[in-house]
Amino acid sequence: MRGMRTPRMRLGASVVALSALMLSATACASDDGDTPAAGGDASAGASGQIKEGLSVAFLPKQVNNPYFTVSDNGGKAAVEEFKGEYKEVGPSEASASSQVSYINTLTQQGSDVIAISANDPNAICGAVNQARQGGAKVVTFDSDTNKDCRDLFINQVTAEGIAENQVKLISDQIGGEGKIAILSATANATNQNAWIELMKAELKKPEYSKIELVTTVYGNDEDQKSFQETQGLLSSYPDLKGIISPTTVGVAAAARYLSGSQYKGKVALTGLGTPNQMREFVKDGTVKNFALWSPADLGYLAAYAGAALASGMITGKEGEKFTAGKLGEYTIGADGVVVLGPPTVFDAANIDQFDF
Amino acid sequence: MTTTTRAAAPPPPTRARGDVRGARRLFVVRELGIALALVLLVAVTAVYNPRFLNAQSRKDLMLGATILVVLAVGQAIVVITRNVDLSVGSVLGLSAFATGKLFVALPDAPIVLAFLAGIGIGLLCGAVNGALIALARVPALVVTLGTLYVFRGIDYSWAAGQQINAADMPGGFKRLGTQTLLGIPVLALFAIVVLLIAGFYLRSYRSGRELYAIGSDPAAARLSGIRVGWRVFTAMTVCGGLAGLAGVLYAARFGTLDAAAGTGIELNVVAAVVVGGVAIFGGSGSVYGAALGAVLLSTIGSALPVLRIDPFWQQAVVGALILAAIGLDRALTARIASRLRGRREVRGA
Amino acid sequence: MVRKRLGSWDVLVIVVLAVVVVVSSAAVEGFASSRFWGFLLLDVIPIALIALPMTLVIITGEIDLSVASVLGLSSAVMGQLWTAGVPLPLILPLILVFGMVLGAVNGLFVTGFGLPSLAVTIGTLALYRGLAYVVLGDKAVADFPPTWTGNMIEALPGTTVPWMAATVAGLAIVFGIVLHATPVGRALYAMGNNEQAATFSGISVARTKFWLFVLTATVAALAGFFWTMRYASARADNGAGLELSVVAAVLLGGVSIFGGRGSLLGVIAGVLLLITLRNALQLADVPADTLTIVTGTLLIISVVGPNSAAMLRSRLRRRRPATTPAAGG
Repeated sequence: MRGMRTPRMRLGASVVALSALMLSATACASDDGDTPAAGGDASAGASGQIKEGLSVAFLPKQVNNPYFTVSDNGGKAAVEEFKGEYKEVGPSEASASSQVSYINTLTQQGSDVIAISANDPNAICGAVNQARQGGAKVVTFDSDTNKDCRDLFINQVTAEGIAENQVKLISDQIGGEGKIAILSATANATNQNAWIELMKAELKKPEYSKIELVTTVYGNDEDQKSFQETQGLLSSYPDLKGIISPTTVGVAAAARYLSGSQYKGKVALTGLGTPNQMREFVKDGTVKNFALWSPADLGYLAAYAGAALASGMITGKEGEKFTAGKLGEYTIGADGVVVLGPPTVFDAANIDQFDF
Repeated sequence: MTTTTRAAAPPPPTRARGDVRGARRLFVVRELGIALALVLLVAVTAVYNPRFLNAQSRKDLMLGATILVVLAVGQAIVVITRNVDLSVGSVLGLSAFATGKLFVALPDAPIVLAFLAGIGIGLLCGAVNGALIALARVPALVVTLGTLYVFRGIDYSWAAGQQINAADMPGGFKRLGTQTLLGIPVLALFAIVVLLIAGFYLRSYRSGRELYAIGSDPAAARLSGIRVGWRVFTAMTVCGGLAGLAGVLYAARFGTLDAAAGTGIELNVVAAVVVGGVAIFGGSGSVYGAALGAVLLSTIGSALPVLRIDPFWQQAVVGALILAAIGLDRALTARIASRLRGRREVRGA
Repeated sequence: MVRKRLGSWDVLVIVVLAVVVVVSSAAVEGFASSRFWGFLLLDVIPIALIALPMTLVIITGEIDLSVASVLGLSSAVMGQLWTAGVPLPLILPLILVFGMVLGAVNGLFVTGFGLPSLAVTIGTLALYRGLAYVVLGDKAVADFPPTWTGNMIEALPGTTVPWMAATVAGLAIVFGIVLHATPVGRALYAMGNNEQAATFSGISVARTKFWLFVLTATVAALAGFFWTMRYASARADNGAGLELSVVAAVLLGGVSIFGGRGSLLGVIAGVLLLITLRNALQLADVPADTLTIVTGTLLIISVVGPNSAAMLRSRLRRRRPATTPAAGG
C-alpha cells in the first residue's frame, strides 16, 4: 500500500556467496520433502538455494492492523523475490483462539512456511506443533511463542537494545533528571514486559540515578484508552517530566494528547512509533525524537528465514547463517532467535526520508 | 387494574401508565440521582487530586464525554421505542473512516462536506436497520447484532489495513478537536446542541410523544392509529445518523483512524442509557438522563487512573452500575405503582 | 411431539447444511479430509455446549448474554486456582460450582427482582468480564500439565472425533430428551408462549427460570474449563464475543427470539452450519472481513427468514382456511 523505504545493504555480495557455499554442506537434512503444496523443482534445495514455488503464509496478530499490514507487505516483497506463493490470513480481532483456527486451516492447506506473530505464547503451541508435524516450517516474528513450538523467532531488536535506546532518548530530553512514566500496550504483552523490566534495570545505572520511574500504565494498544491514560498520568503526576511509550499506538495517542494540551513542549515524550504517525508531532515540536525498527524489513526477513528453513538450507540451530535478499546475511543466535538489527532513531532532520 | 397482577407476577415489560405527573417526577428523581453520583465522583476525585478540575482536565472531561453523549442520545431515542441499536460502534467506525478517506481523496474538502458525508453514511446504515426491523418485523436486538458484524466487515474490507494519520487531515478540521468557545470545547457544543434538540423534540412534538407510546405498548399504539413501523424506522435512522455524526467527531478528536474505531463502544452506550434511567423495554426515560449516564461513565473512565485505581476495575464497575441502575428503576417503579394503587383504591372505595 | 416441533425452518437449515457440505467437498480442497472435521469439531464444542442451555433459555422467552463472560471469568479463576496449587481434578468441580453461583446471580436478578434478562445479562456481561480482568489481570496462566491439555483435544481411539465432542453429543441427547419428551420441556414451551397461562396452569415459572440461568452459567463454566485446556492458557479475555456466535447459532437453528418455538435438532444443525461455513470459507482463503460480513448476514437471515415465512404462511392460511397446518418435518 505505501512505499517501502530504501533498502539497506548490510553485507557485500561476496560474503553472501561464500556463506551460501558453506551452508550447502549442511543443507537439506530435514524431512520436509513431501509437503503437498511444495511445487519446487527438484534441482533446488540441495544446492543451497531457496526453492521456487514455496507457499508462504503470514498470520499477523490481527489483520487490518496497519503495523502488520506494513510488515506483511515486506514479507510479500520477499516472497515475490524468491518466486513463492504469498498469502496473508488472520483474524480480525487479536485473540489467540482465533489464530489457532487459522493455523489449523494452514495446516490443512499444507503451507510450507507459516510466519506468525503470536497473540499468546502458549495458546497457539498445540496448533503450531500440528502444523510442523504436517511439514510446515514455522517462523515467529514481532511476538514469540515458547521456543519449542517454532523453528525460528525473528526479533525486531534485542530487548536490551530497546531498553538502552529508550532510556537514553528520554534521559537526553529531560536533561537526565526528573520523574518519568511508561505508557505500555497490554499488561501481558510479552515483549513490552521484557522491555520494561530491562528499562528498569537500565535506570539503575549511575548516569540515570536522578531519573525516577513513577508508574507504568496500560493503554491496551487502543487509541482512545492510551489517550485517556496519558491524560490520567499528567493529572496524577503534576511534576512528570517525560513519558516513554514503547508501542506505536500508545506513542501516537500520547503525542496527540500532548500536542493539544498545555503540556506541549514541557513534558517530553519518546517511544516506538512509525514515522507517518509521528511526523506531525515531530514537526510541531511535541516530540523531539523516537525510534523504531522497520516493520517491512521484519516481515521481509521472516519470509527469507522461513524459506531458507523450508528449502533445507538451515535447520534453526544456533550459529547457522542465511542471507535475506537485500538485507544481507544473518546468523541464528541462541534459542533460534534472529535479530533484525538496532532500532532507527527518527527526528526532525531525518523523518522525511521514511514513509511507513 | 393491571397493576395488581403485575405485582404478583414479575414484570411483563410494560410499566404503569396513567399518572403522568408521578412518572415525570420519577424521571426527575432518577436524573437527580445520577447528577448527584456524578458530582460525588468528581468531588472525591478532586479532593484526592485537585488537578482533576484544572482547566485542561475540565476540557478533557468534556471532550471525553462528547462522543458517548451523542451516541447515547441516539440510543435513548431508539430504546424509548422498545428497540435497541447495537450496531452504533460499527457505524461510528465506518463514518470515521469515511471522513478520513474523504480528506485523503480531497485534501481541500470543506469541513461541512465531511460532516455531511459522515452523517449521510450513518443515516444510510440506520435506514438499513430500520427497514429490516419495520418491514420484516424482527427484533432490533438481533438485526443490529447482525449489522454490527456486517458494517464492521464492510469497514474492514474498505480499509484493508490502512491507517489514516493526523497529517492526512486538514488543519481546520483537526483544530475542531482542540478549539474551545467560552471554555467549552467545540466538539462538546455539538453534543449539547444534539441533546437539546432531541430533548425538545421528544417532549414537545406529538411524534416525539408517540415514541413513548410505542415503547409502552406497541400493540395499543398501533390500535390507536400511530404508524408504529414508520416511527421505529425513523428512530433507527436518526440513531444511525447520530452515530455517523459521532464518527466525524471521533475523526476530529483523535486524528489517527483505522477500521477498528469504536469497536465495542455499543456496550458503553447501552450502559449509559440504562444507567441514565431509560427503561430497556421502552416507554420511559429521557435523553437528558441518557446523556448524564454517558457523562458519568466517561468521567469514571477518566477518574479511575487519577485515583490510581487498577484500570482493570473499570469494566466491572460499568457492569455493577448497570445492575444497580436497573435494580433502582425497578424499586422506584414498584413504589410509584403501589402509591398509585393506593390512591385508586381510595378513590374506588 | 418431536415431529411436531420440527418446523419447516429446521428442515431448511439441515438441507442448507447438507448443501454446504456437498458443495464444499467438491469445491474446497481439503474439506473432505478427516483432519478438517477433527479441527471443525474442536471449534464446534464450546459453541454447541453453551447453545444447549441457551436454547432452553430462549425458548422460555429470556436470553443470557453473559455466557462468554462466565467462560472468561471461570478461565481466569481457574488460572488463579492452578497458580495457588489446587490440583486440576479439584478445580473442575470448583469451577462448576463457581459457574452455578454466577448463574444464580443472573437468576436472582431476573426472577427474584423481576428485571428483564436482556438488561441484567448485559450488566453481568460487563461485570463478569471486568472481574475476570480483576482476578487475573492481563496475565496468562499457561503451565497446565500436557496430559490434561493434550487429552482435551485427543481423539477417541480409532476416530478423529475428539472425546470432548462425544461428551457434548451425549449432553445434546440428554437436553433433547428433556426438552422434547418430558413435562419439563413442555413447561418451557408453555412459559415462552404465554407466561401467565403457564403460571395459572401450575408451572413455577420463576423457579424454573432461576434454575435455567444456573444451568446455563454452569455449562458456560464447563466450556471455560474446556477452552482453557484446549488452548492451554487461562486468560481473562478467553471467549470474548462468543455469546454472539452462540445466539446466532441458536437463532439460525430456528428458535424464536420471542420464545415458545424451536427444536434442539435445529439448533445443532444451526451450530454445525455456522461453523462449517466459516471453516470452509476460511479454507477457501476467504478473508476475515468477509467472514465477519457472512456471520452477520446469516444472523439477520435467521430471523428475517422464519419471520417472513411465518408472515407468508399466516397470510396464505387466511386466504385458504382449513388446509394443512404448519408444515411437518
